[in-house]
Amino acid sequence: MTLAAATVTASGTPGFLSPTGVEIAFLLVGLVTLGAALITVTTRQLVHAALWLVVALGGLAVEYLLLTAEFIAWVQVLIYVGSVVVLLLFGLMLTRAPIGRSPDADSGNRWAALTVAVAAAVALVWVVVDAFRTTWIDLGGPAAGTTEVTGASLFRHWVLPFEALSVLLLAALVGAIVLSRKAKADAGPAVPGKEGVR
Amino acid sequence: MNGAWDVALRLVVVFVVFLTFPLIVGQTEHKVMAHMQGRLGPMYAGGFHGWAQLIADGVKFAQKEDVVPAGADRRVFQLAPAVALLPYLLVLLAIPIGPSEGAVGQVLDAGVFFVLAVMGVGVLGSLMAGWASANKFSLLGGLRTAAQLLAYELPMLLAAASVAMAAGTVSLPGIVHAFHWWWLPWQIVGAIVFFVAGLAELQRPPFDMPVADSEIIFGAYTEYTGLRFALFLLAEYAGIVVLCGLTTVLFLGGWHGPWGHDGLGWLWTLLKTAILAFLVIWLRVTYPRLREDQLQKLSWTLLVPLSLAQIALTGIVKVVIS
Repeated sequence: MTLAAATVTASGTPGFLSPTGVEIAFLLVGLVTLGAALITVTTRQLVHAALWLVVALGGLAVEYLLLTAEFIAWVQVLIYVGSVVVLLLFGLMLTRAPIGRSPDADSGNRWAALTVAVAAAVALVWVVVDAFRTTWIDLGGPAAGTTEVTGASLFRHWVLPFEALSVLLLAALVGAIVLSRKAKADAGPAVPGKEGVR
Repeated sequence: MNGAWDVALRLVVVFVVFLTFPLIVGQTEHKVMAHMQGRLGPMYAGGFHGWAQLIADGVKFAQKEDVVPAGADRRVFQLAPAVALLPYLLVLLAIPIGPSEGAVGQVLDAGVFFVLAVMGVGVLGSLMAGWASANKFSLLGGLRTAAQLLAYELPMLLAAASVAMAAGTVSLPGIVHAFHWWWLPWQIVGAIVFFVAGLAELQRPPFDMPVADSEIIFGAYTEYTGLRFALFLLAEYAGIVVLCGLTTVLFLGGWHGPWGHDGLGWLWTLLKTAILAFLVIWLRVTYPRLREDQLQKLSWTLLVPLSLAQIALTGIVKVVIS
């Protein structure tokens, strides 16, 4: 959205055959990200999968940076690497996180999962390619993804979807609280000494 | 060519600061703790009041054998200290100490987000160490680290968001440029929340439950020896420098001071940072360790509501004065 507004349509037509340094870096980081993501879903070691996920998400943040979307990049690191993966590791350590391979870390659903993943990837790539076919980011000009630009586009043009998403997230949050409290009420008397801890 | 030299020089300066300031804080901690407890502290190394104690410690650490437990996950175990330490080096790059262009390693558009995001990554090092050690005490320490991070990241972010709202920018130099003295009473609650949450994120006493030595040896770092252990310690002290510098920049007005505006602003930044570092040490000597449930309760029932109230106050004042 911000990208399309602030990019220049190809009049000088940068070619694919003489890539700039940024384009090469973008491609290499993309390959690393893809590789890390593949290892994440194929490795048999649970905690290694979580750590490879850090590499994949971090690589994505670098891609955002290369696209001059600095704000999005740092938010990506803050939310996904800093919080979601920590939550994931916390969950793993709390339940089970064996060192070495876990033979049961495989699923019979892998073909269904692969189909869904490939379908989603094809749809996304198609949409993105179709939307930004001939637009190029002008790296020399004013940055297209600064906090100011992102904020203005989010709260001027896209404020309704933004608010709708907030309500959706709030509903999910309330739902999670309701579910956890209900489970606790069922198992209520089974936890003696709960009050004594306080 | 000139640009490349400039970048290289900045990186070298930040690296030197990264190597020396944590050691200065560490040596100050030795001495301040000793005097607060009515003893002398290290007095022999180097001759004058034991000034070379930390260098001696460093030599000792370098000489120790680097042990990896047989049951450990070798690569993750060996990588963890670097993951814990490097984020603080990156954060130091973005902290401005003076008003001029040359007084910050790298001007970032979204500086506040950058520092908070990267500081959060440092905790992954402790988690990796705790898991990869194949030791139940380490795993408990890692769990407590994760729980503590999840609890204290939110109030820290909200407090920083409050000051960013007040300044109308998320760039660190921009925030200090917008600072006025009356921000101090206006943002005082946010400042306290930020500082306390930062202490908890660094696992400094009284929030040192993840490394509580009387119950889980040394938490996630139990199995570490030699240089790798020293790197974790260095990460803790670098974290103190970063936290104090950030609190100075965000809430105490950085280079602003009653006098000495021309060219001496960086002295104010350093002075405020040093006073905050002293406060960190003081708190360590003064307060007993919080229990795990008290830790969680403090964050969720006190700091989060306080920071939300601060954001509301900031918004109201901002609307009134604009």
